[in-house]
Amino acid sequence: MNNNAPRRPMGPPGGHGNFGGQKAKNFSKTMGKTIKYLRRDLVVIIVAFMLAIGGVIATLLVPDILGGATDTLMTGAMQKTIYKEIKKYDLPQLPAETKAVFEELAELDVDMRVLAMEDEDRTPEQNEIINKLGVAKPIVKNVVQQMPESMKSNKVSNFLKAYSATTIGEYVECLNLNEVLNKIPSNYRDAVAKTSLDVTPSIDTDAIVDILIKILILVALSAVLSYIQGFLLAGVAQRVSYRFRRDINAKFDKLPLSYFDKMTRGEIMSLVTNDVDTISTSLNQSLSQLVTSITTIVGVFIMMIKISWKLTLIAIAILPLTMIATMLVVRKSQKYFAGQQKSLANVNGFIEENFAGHNVVKLFNNEQASVEQFSQYNEELRDSAQQSQFFAGLMHPLTMLMGDIGYVCVCVVGGTLAINGSITVGNVQAFLQYVKQFNQPINQLSSITNTLQSTMAAAERVFEFLEEEDEKESENVVECPSDIKGSVTFDHVRFGYNPDKIIINDFCCDVLPSQRIALVGPTGAGKTTIVKLLMRFYDLNGGSIKLDGIDITKLRRRDLRQNVGMVLQDTWLFGGTIMDNIRYGRLDATDEEVVEAAKIAYADHFINTLPGGYNFVINADADNISQGQKQLLTIARAILANPKILILDEATSSVDTRTEQLIQNAMERLMQGRTSFVIAHRLSTIKNADKILVLKEGDIIEQGTHQELLEQNGFYAELYNAQFEQ
Amino acid sequence: MQKKDNEKVGLGKFYKPYWLLIFMSITFLGLQATCNLQLPEFMANIVSQGIAVSNMDKVLYWGGLMIGLTLFSSICAILVGYFSSKVASSVARDIRKACFEKVMAFSAEDYNKFDQASLVTRSTNDITQLQMFTLVLLRMIMMTPIMGIGGVIKAVKLSSGMGSLAWVIFVAVAVIMTTIAILLMIAQPKFMKMQKAIDGVNQVSSDELTGMMVIRAFNTQDVEQKRFDDANKHLTGLSLFANRTMVSLMPMMMLVMNAVSIAIVWIASFEAEDINQVANMMAFIQYAMFIITSFMLISMVFVMMPRAVVSSKRIKEILNTDISIVNSEEHQTATGEKVVGDVEFRNVAYSYGGDANAVEGISFKALHGQTTAIIGSTGSGKSTIINMIPRLTDATQGEVLIDGINVKDYNLHDLRENIGFVPQKNYLFSGSIASNVGYGSNADIQTINQSIDIAQARHFVDNKSNGIDSEIAQGGGNVSGGQKQRLAIARAISKQAPIYVFDDSFSALDFKTDKALRKALREELDQATIIIVAQRVGTIKNADQIIVLDDGKIVGLGKHEELLQNCDVYREIATSQLSKEELGL
Repeated sequence: MNNNAPRRPMGPPGGHGNFGGQKAKNFSKTMGKTIKYLRRDLVVIIVAFMLAIGGVIATLLVPDILGGATDTLMTGAMQKTIYKEIKKYDLPQLPAETKAVFEELAELDVDMRVLAMEDEDRTPEQNEIINKLGVAKPIVKNVVQQMPESMKSNKVSNFLKAYSATTIGEYVECLNLNEVLNKIPSNYRDAVAKTSLDVTPSIDTDAIVDILIKILILVALSAVLSYIQGFLLAGVAQRVSYRFRRDINAKFDKLPLSYFDKMTRGEIMSLVTNDVDTISTSLNQSLSQLVTSITTIVGVFIMMIKISWKLTLIAIAILPLTMIATMLVVRKSQKYFAGQQKSLANVNGFIEENFAGHNVVKLFNNEQASVEQFSQYNEELRDSAQQSQFFAGLMHPLTMLMGDIGYVCVCVVGGTLAINGSITVGNVQAFLQYVKQFNQPINQLSSITNTLQSTMAAAERVFEFLEEEDEKESENVVECPSDIKGSVTFDHVRFGYNPDKIIINDFCCDVLPSQRIALVGPTGAGKTTIVKLLMRFYDLNGGSIKLDGIDITKLRRRDLRQNVGMVLQDTWLFGGTIMDNIRYGRLDATDEEVVEAAKIAYADHFINTLPGGYNFVINADADNISQGQKQLLTIARAILANPKILILDEATSSVDTRTEQLIQNAMERLMQGRTSFVIAHRLSTIKNADKILVLKEGDIIEQGTHQELLEQNGFYAELYNAQFEQ
Repeated sequence: MQKKDNEKVGLGKFYKPYWLLIFMSITFLGLQATCNLQLPEFMANIVSQGIAVSNMDKVLYWGGLMIGLTLFSSICAILVGYFSSKVASSVARDIRKACFEKVMAFSAEDYNKFDQASLVTRSTNDITQLQMFTLVLLRMIMMTPIMGIGGVIKAVKLSSGMGSLAWVIFVAVAVIMTTIAILLMIAQPKFMKMQKAIDGVNQVSSDELTGMMVIRAFNTQDVEQKRFDDANKHLTGLSLFANRTMVSLMPMMMLVMNAVSIAIVWIASFEAEDINQVANMMAFIQYAMFIITSFMLISMVFVMMPRAVVSSKRIKEILNTDISIVNSEEHQTATGEKVVGDVEFRNVAYSYGGDANAVEGISFKALHGQTTAIIGSTGSGKSTIINMIPRLTDATQGEVLIDGINVKDYNLHDLRENIGFVPQKNYLFSGSIASNVGYGSNADIQTINQSIDIAQARHFVDNKSNGIDSEIAQGGGNVSGGQKQRLAIARAISKQAPIYVFDDSFSALDFKTDKALRKALREELDQATIIIVAQRVGTIKNADQIIVLDDGKIVGLGKHEELLQNCDVYREIATSQLSKEELGL
């Protein structure tokens, strides 16, 4: 329902089926992996499938059984109808003497009309018998004259027999009333014929109630089964999403940093949100739909065959037509959906861009041009949206039409079959219900295949990510000495983010314990590269970096990083208390140690001015404290971590002067007694450094002290003098 | 949606031009619904007048009518599809256009009332949401009253002699509505919370991606896993509950529908008198299903409605925002020509609406041919002041004058034509380097190249494979911060305006480039008024005059050397950046 992925401005409009989804590169392989990933839940899934099948079977039995009820109802109604009809042919009351006369007449083998004739039309023998009626004679004559023609034409003998008839059948036979019975389908005639004449017929309510109770049990069972099925699958879907999210997130920490250079953040985030969501929705809905659809199709087919194979043939014959029509529409609409997607991306992109650059648009008087360009994209979007929506809307009437054509065909043929008695009306009705149930799962199947395709595409992306190679520790790990001195040696270091594009060619440098190294160079010169190498976020292409003489690749990354601290300009704080944020530097630190570190970092003062002090909660965007304060907190964090070697990134600016001074003092304290690498912006820092590394376009081009470098009169000197030239 | 609010603009006016299409759509929908209503009766007739009484002619007759009617209904449905998609897409287009134009007309102040992401969502997703709702409304929802009411009428007619049948429908509808209402009441709040939980998971993930280096540096992977796991578990728990609640909806509906059929047959078994009534009962079951589905659809509106209402509200907020900075109609000094460029602030103050002024008592003159620098810590009001020159914001007190004329009296277009402005957050558009540098000014290639030279961007531009035709990604994502700044500067310069304003535009440049750029600016634009906002003393110490701001007030005005002597704030800033020797103290 509302389970859509978070804000996705470029996303599809949603809501209209799954047209134009993506496809997995290797469907079956991904399917295999998915099943393997689901193995823990496989039992539950299979149980759910069984339940689904059970539910469907229960539902499918209903129309057939209900057909029985309809038949009983129908029979009862027909009995009532025929009984009423028969009542029109009621026999007159015959007094005893009249009856004797009739019996005599019967022996003459005449029909009833003889009683209604004038005397001169009868034979003398007949007159003789009839005259015995005496005073009743005109009355009898009158009664017979009033009788329907069919009754009059009966032999008197039959007429007399009718008096002793107990069922409608006998009665009808005696009185030759077959046309009455012929009004109803032949297979009901027997049942109706057996109806007693003595009591007014009624519908066999008991039999119907029996049937209805059976049905009620079945539908209740089906509802319960399908609820349990849904309940189980929802559980599976959520557990699997949970595991996927957990595994993806755990993978973040195992992959080498270089992997993330290749991927945008959006791509990775999309794995956690959209792709996992697609898989979960698919597990939740499509999977059970797939099972129920297939079961329904098979079940309906069996039930149809059971009722009548001839009708089944008719019903099946219409299928290919439906499928072709559906496919044509889908194929056509896919094109338009892709078009809509593209124009939507254009419009959204243009909006994002122009809103982001709102000030610029205004300052450069470009509003008019922007609006014109927008109108063009907007118009394209309107056209493609209209087309795709129109085609999406075609689907329903089309399948409805096809379904109805099939329905009528079955009616016509079924009607014929019912009339000649090979099936009952209840059968036809049940069959018609099956026909209706046949179309829906077939339509569903086509949309499920689409969903499954995009699910597999999503799963493939997730698995690709999970299968990326992890960062590995060295084979022959050396235990890290507990008392690192902090000397660092760069020995013929050779490195490039891309092996084809080496940026640091051959860099050598010895750093003694507690020395201060300044990294200097224009923006983008690669100052952070050195940091990344020292922290072993990236591995070298040649040469080595040694910590106290030990090649850092021989150390566990964890051990190495334990000894190297880092304070970056892009402060990274998370939503949580200040206490927790500082403690991030050393997780087992006590509250007192945290406060101590904050004091050393000159952060204690401002923390105490915040509401709640150390328990002040920094919000998720970390925008409820100032940039400078954030910096002080990260310094406190590094102090708490107490590493032997330190990497510092000096803030360029953007902090008010007082905080700036605090930060400088804090950094100064932090660096004392540690080997430090400072990405320097301040001249004072640079000049006080024991060694300056000058970087340009990724490579280290000069190194030495301030004085030495000025004397070299190279790039550094040029940079330095630029400041003071008038 | 069409209902008129107290607000100035309802979205109804966007539907008005399409009234004929809407009318047609509804008409055909009505026809479609009427046809669909007849079908069950025809089906019943096939059974009662045909099959049950062995009359093949009737089967063919009603069957033929049925197919004919379905065909007609399908044609109606297709026409409805055509009209409704035309209406929905056109209305969406119009609203999108109105929003875009409105936002483009916003002043910076209006713009800042919203956050940018929200403005984008409003103009994209919210409108799509509305489009979908319009479509569903025109295609289905309008049909449900006809189907529901028609169904009831038909059903009542059919149930003649079997009075209790009508009650079954009432009970069923009541049960279904209650069920849906209860489920929604339970699940809806969970879905809301779920949305938040999703945001929470994303937040942690995104945090981890940003802080990847820090996490590894502090070896805190386990803490992060735990943090993520908490968010993940929270989300899983919520979605499990919400989904499991909603899972019961379908079985429940099926059960009710089946129970209705059972009840109808049961009642008929007591009350049916003849074959006709049995056939009627079969049709009655169909109508009962019609009515129930109609009500289910109506309840769907209640699910969709709140979202559409929220979307339309959000859109209306954009459309109903008053634009704070407009051309003054009365005295427009439409020069169309270039001004000389002398800028003057006379006792200017600005307030964001609170009691305190963000800046106040600002008076200074920036003359042409001179460089005026403004320095001060973050939040001291530097950007606020310079934003008043091109009227990105308007002074709440005092006057800003160019060549002695109040900026408010200029035609906005002409005013901005005269100012080359480099905002703090410079933004590049997707396109080429040339299209960005020539943005808005239609500058020729020569001017573009010249601007690139002055902005010290020549070196890196030439290093790109396609020179000035090299591609720039949206927002300038494929160039570095320093390169972006230089291109933004080149863009301002290519306007060849008499006044240039640089809002902290040199911060990402190294000293050397910074210096070369300032030198080129002064040489090439010798007659121009240049106003530079900076944080680095090195950048501004050669300026003709430096304005020192502290807490919204001018606390120093003069040259570098003078200020070092007599302005405490300036001296503090300077000594924090440069050593005393370097400052010559």
